[in-house]
Amino acid sequence: MSTTYEPVIGLEIHVQLKTRTKMFCGCELSFGEEPNTRTCPVCLGLPGTLPVTNAQAVQYGIMMGLALGCEIAPRSIFHRKNYFYPDLAKGYQISQYDIPLCLGGRLGDVRIHRIHLEEDAAKLVHIGTSGRIHGSDASVVDYNRGGTPLAEIVTEPDIHSAEQARDWLQLLRETLRQLGVSDVNMEEGSLRCDANVSIRPQGSTELGTKTELKNMNSFRFVMQGINAEIARQTALVEAGEKVVQETLHFDPVSGRISSLRSKEEAHDYRYFPEPDLVPLVPTPEMLESAKAAIPELPAERSARYEHEFGLAPDTAYLFSFEPEWGDYFEKAAAGADPKATAIWVTELRSRDGASVEPGDLARLVTLVVERKVTAAAGRTILDKLVAEGGDPAEIAEREGLTAMEDSGELEAIVAKVIADNPDVVERIKGGNAKAMGALVGPIMRETKGRADGGEVNRLLRSALGL
Amino acid sequence: MLELTAAQAAAKIKSGELDAGEYFEFYRQRAAGDAFNSYIWVADEAPALPAADTPFAGVPIAIKDLFCTEGVPSQAGSKILEDYRPPYTATSVRNLQAAGGTLLGKTNQDEFAMGSSTENSAYGPTLNPWDPKRVPGGSSGGSAASVAAGTAPWSIGTDTGGSIRQPAALCGIVGLKPTYGAISRYGMIAFASSLDQAGTFTRDVTDTALLLSAMVGADPCDSTSIGLPEPIELPTGKDLKSIRLGVPEELSGEGIEPGVLKAFNETLDIARQLGATVETMHLPHAPHGLAAYYLLAPAECSSNLARYDGVRYGFRADNAPGGLLGMYTATREQGFGAEVKRRIMLGTYALSSGYYDAYYGKAQKVRTLIASDFTKAWENFDFVVTPTAPGVAFELGAKTADPLAMYLNDFCTVPMSLAGIPGISIPNGLSDGLPVGFQIAGPAFSENRLLEAAYALEQAIGFDGSGAFA
Repeated sequence: MSTTYEPVIGLEIHVQLKTRTKMFCGCELSFGEEPNTRTCPVCLGLPGTLPVTNAQAVQYGIMMGLALGCEIAPRSIFHRKNYFYPDLAKGYQISQYDIPLCLGGRLGDVRIHRIHLEEDAAKLVHIGTSGRIHGSDASVVDYNRGGTPLAEIVTEPDIHSAEQARDWLQLLRETLRQLGVSDVNMEEGSLRCDANVSIRPQGSTELGTKTELKNMNSFRFVMQGINAEIARQTALVEAGEKVVQETLHFDPVSGRISSLRSKEEAHDYRYFPEPDLVPLVPTPEMLESAKAAIPELPAERSARYEHEFGLAPDTAYLFSFEPEWGDYFEKAAAGADPKATAIWVTELRSRDGASVEPGDLARLVTLVVERKVTAAAGRTILDKLVAEGGDPAEIAEREGLTAMEDSGELEAIVAKVIADNPDVVERIKGGNAKAMGALVGPIMRETKGRADGGEVNRLLRSALGL
Repeated sequence: MLELTAAQAAAKIKSGELDAGEYFEFYRQRAAGDAFNSYIWVADEAPALPAADTPFAGVPIAIKDLFCTEGVPSQAGSKILEDYRPPYTATSVRNLQAAGGTLLGKTNQDEFAMGSSTENSAYGPTLNPWDPKRVPGGSSGGSAASVAAGTAPWSIGTDTGGSIRQPAALCGIVGLKPTYGAISRYGMIAFASSLDQAGTFTRDVTDTALLLSAMVGADPCDSTSIGLPEPIELPTGKDLKSIRLGVPEELSGEGIEPGVLKAFNETLDIARQLGATVETMHLPHAPHGLAAYYLLAPAECSSNLARYDGVRYGFRADNAPGGLLGMYTATREQGFGAEVKRRIMLGTYALSSGYYDAYYGKAQKVRTLIASDFTKAWENFDFVVTPTAPGVAFELGAKTADPLAMYLNDFCTVPMSLAGIPGISIPNGLSDGLPVGFQIAGPAFSENRLLEAAYALEQAIGFDGSGAFA
């Protein structure tokens, strides 16, 4: 009898903030520029230089904290994290340690532990075949990235599957994108995710030994990597072995997990308060203006669409992840039934690049809801609206698309089509009910889509004696 | 030209009696011919001279090596920055240049400002102009010796635990360390960030005020700079009426050489004659100042000096085996001197996991106690006075074998550094023919009052330092 193991996952996410300049100096942020062209004495760590805190980065940090329901620390400080590496110009990174900017919070069903500000390291390029350090001939450093403002978000271990991790990460990403604080692009490195993974017997409340899985640079790799690690740990534990606390790398090509460094080699960062910077004490004005700068975010908007407009969760989620469509939906729904409007907005959205005045769409929706046109006719009218604009009711009249009201006309068409297709009628009467579809098509064409599909079927059955 | 103070020279240049170009050249040649190894670099020629209506009107200044001066060697007395030429100039130096000061030369110092004798320089020790077999003090030994020997009219240095005040005392000149934050640290090659402050070496207190007034100010490039609340004024004080002087027992008895103590007491008598009240008092935690300092400063320096790794600038041990780690190790092993290595190791240890609370954390708490001793003192006293250094200039090599004996040079000056308050040392006599210094320390931001008191005492003491002119 084997034990079922529950995965316990926490995420550490680094977000590059979309400020104009770096965290501690006036160099402009860049991506893809010529190497070492966005540097200055400060971010190169030249002798005698000093950091100065970027106020916009602090503002973005406060906005993130408020948006994620965190407490903003009335006083937080920067610490130095000391270690040697060529991508770290000063030999230490200015970060925050035990008194961070934000504590607590929640997004969706995952609690936030903390958010803090720090500076990014420079970029190392390893010259060789794989681009990784092993097997490379030389390494070069591009200091353009060094000093870029980062916000580090650490979650509580509230995630219990790789899929949940991916979904939550996508919600976080969209929330931060709409907040306007970051490009949150995993491929470009403005969003980076590490996962802390452990397993425990289902029902247990103790935490197992966790490993740290680093730098998975797409949502898919995050999910694959976590699944691979869960499988690895499960296999270990089932074989009676112990999980070792270590830092791991997931190779998406091979699907293999390999060790980066073990606990024994863990750095002692010798954290101490940064003496070159004064404490961060957000003023009431800073907090107010951060709050005012926060738009309605996906989680809230989605809930509002479900409650206020009665939309299905999937639709509400879609409109909150694409707020342009959410805003459009709300404008249109001001003039028509919301649920029906949602369907037609989704229909419009599926036509790439198409646009229609929200008021016109609302009128179209109402025509359909009032059965003045059929849904099929409605799609034709929509095409016309996209191509030329106009008023839906007028288009319906002009194109002869109004719903067939006189059932005599329809009965006549049904009779004609039956008469024109004796072989099909034979097959239907012979027991092949599906062949009726071969009659529906011509009828709909004759009526130019003005007939209601259900009514057509009813009349057909009645005429054929079924 | 040698006898003129900087203020007198500036006045004469403005009135047309003195030619700025000639004056600069006079000092340039003296600096180039300096026999005490005060200078690591001397200007080849006069720079473009500023207008006569600037405060300094072109008077030259000698500048401690660790101030970044664009295009000019700024090595902090170390081999690891040999011939390093920064792409920018320190804010405090730019302020001096804006005031009409001209760069005469870069002066010798203990490596990375770590030392009390300038024997830790990678460029040889500086000699004391009063007796070339003796040290000038440190770490700003070159700046002090240049003024004492008259190879510069005035100079600037830095003080972290006493590195301006102590060499000023040992060289018989005036040295001021201002309130922490009064002068920008941007461009000062860092030793201990929460303690380093730029300051002045001059022949008299009037020159101190003039030089200081151009240096102070909050700087957007230095978040810890705040400037001073009022502009510096030239002092005119003639007495010390209603001034209450406190003499801390902990810093004025045990450990002080008899000759120094004798001069100290004579100055206290002069103070009384000028109308001051003089009382003994207590700074109960001051005796722990050295211990706290020699944990905090090394801790900060172990981090500040991590950037000297041979990757981007300075000395690199080319072709060292062992890949990246080999390069780091060889570069720092060869580039740093013994005292610097000692303090980096001490500091790394004090910050390390498991020891942080016992050492660094504890030292920070002691620092707070020392600072609050001073805060309490200001309830009853205007200034605290001590001998600046426990002894007169010692012989070269006398204390190099025992780092702790060397550290003891700072025990009267370190408490003021830890508390961030200003302190000035004025020469108050000779002991066995060697200068003695008198330290006056005041509350934070009390520079104007401090200068007034120092001026009044200086006038009454009447010390003549010209005997040391080369």
